[in-house]
Amino acid sequence: MFVPCTDSAPDLTGCTLLMPAVSVGNVGQLAMDLIISTLNMCKIGYFYTDCLVPMVGNNPYATAEENSAELSINTEVYSLPSRKLVALQLRSIFIKYKSKSFCEKLLAWVKSSGFSRVIVLSSSHSYHRNDLQLRSAPFRYLLTPSMQKSVQNKMKNLNWQEMEKSPCIPEMKDSELCIRIPGGGITKTLYDESCSKGIQMAVLLKFASEGDNIPDAIGLVEYLNEWLQITKPCSDSKPSTLPWKFPSSWRLLFGSGLPPALF
Amino acid sequence: MAATFFGEVVKAPCRAGTEEEEEEDDEGRRETPEDREVRRQLAKKREVRLLQGQTKTSLEVPLLEKYPCSKFIIAIGSNAVAFLSSFVMNSGVWEEVGCTKLWNEWCRTTDTVHLSPTEAFCVFYRLKSNPSVFGSCPRKNMQITILTCRHITEYKTPEAPSSLPSPFLKALKTQTYKDAVCCSLLEQPNIAHDLPAAVLSYCQVWKIPAVLYLCYTDVMQLDLVTVEAFKPALSSRSLAGLAKNIPQSTEMLKRLMTTSEIQSNIYT
Repeated sequence: MFVPCTDSAPDLTGCTLLMPAVSVGNVGQLAMDLIISTLNMCKIGYFYTDCLVPMVGNNPYATAEENSAELSINTEVYSLPSRKLVALQLRSIFIKYKSKSFCEKLLAWVKSSGFSRVIVLSSSHSYHRNDLQLRSAPFRYLLTPSMQKSVQNKMKNLNWQEMEKSPCIPEMKDSELCIRIPGGGITKTLYDESCSKGIQMAVLLKFASEGDNIPDAIGLVEYLNEWLQITKPCSDSKPSTLPWKFPSSWRLLFGSGLPPALF
Repeated sequence: MAATFFGEVVKAPCRAGTEEEEEEDDEGRRETPEDREVRRQLAKKREVRLLQGQTKTSLEVPLLEKYPCSKFIIAIGSNAVAFLSSFVMNSGVWEEVGCTKLWNEWCRTTDTVHLSPTEAFCVFYRLKSNPSVFGSCPRKNMQITILTCRHITEYKTPEAPSSLPSPFLKALKTQTYKDAVCCSLLEQPNIAHDLPAAVLSYCQVWKIPAVLYLCYTDVMQLDLVTVEAFKPALSSRSLAGLAKNIPQSTEMLKRLMTTSEIQSNIYT
């Protein structure tokens, strides 16, 4: 359930909800970190749930000593009222058998809060690509039927590639075709449920493998940026500088420092 | 999929934990009513049950409703429990008001009905003599203190872990906890998880003042140096005044150590 930070619940009607799926390489979650950090979004509440493994830590987007001592939990909601953007960040994995329950609670909240649309940032196993996918850009999108009317043309103008259908049962030659997102976590469930509930949802995903997934996250936010124009590139900035601000919590991603005695 | 050196194809591990989801989808299609019933029974068996102190009968209301208090202290792990037993519970008279009974597939005990005192996973005590520790206070006036240990290799720092002065104490506190903490706060990118995180998350969301004192140590078994690393916490407001006799506490701690040492010596 959504629990606001302040006593009064914020009005989220008409906002766009950005959220990650816990998926291969944590690409969606890393992309959300970049968005929240770059846009300096402020925390408006928590999506308190027993469906994800608990974790806490100090403010992952701290920029100074003063704001470094705010406690963060595993599911938090941020907002940027000027752009009518709301971001949900998930920081841990789902507890077994609880992911479906989480999707139901989340979509119920989406409906009751009056969000105009939901954009899910996700990823899929790159080793599952077919030959055509291997030769094309590793980004794909999916739209629910209610979203197609408003956004399909924009996708065509951007030259974006829709996620291809693949055989439902790969071993069978004449199997039916359906959307499969291996490694995508709750992406498929969210998409299917949104289709049946008439929720306007777009899924943006990148084919990725486990490893250093920061470049994948940057790729995914740039892909999103082509559509939403979250940050506009400055004409006078050097081409090598990225407009995305890495959060302070991205330090030491691959462990502590090395003992000098090693060398 | 990935090919190993010997040529066999194995499933690549996924740290986002999505492999289970795909299995779940497959299982969902094949799940029978019998499977669902087995799963339901297992979930019921795994439920945490709260029992009354003396009678060991089920507690029908939440523990803090039956015994409201202003200070709730939780110790998780052998070193934190030893610290609390020796320094805090050694002063004053504490009565057992309840315990929890739980079972999951990792428990060694097979009898879920009768749990002997040595197997009790969680016991609740109340300070009889000090009225300020409990009273009819609404939830918001309650303060929670959690003590636990973690292995020092889990602490991320730009320096090498071997250079850290182990053991050391770090703190995490909720927004409504306004008192001073007795050590530095846990810096990003370090996090806490499991039960301490669950408690702290609950307190942060529902605006209950709470503090977690996390002791990073290289000895996870009962260890004198690790237990004594919690001592600065005695100066905090939540534990102040509860530890009355430090020399006696240290003696009790040494006795606890000796007892456990004998038990864990497999060579005699």
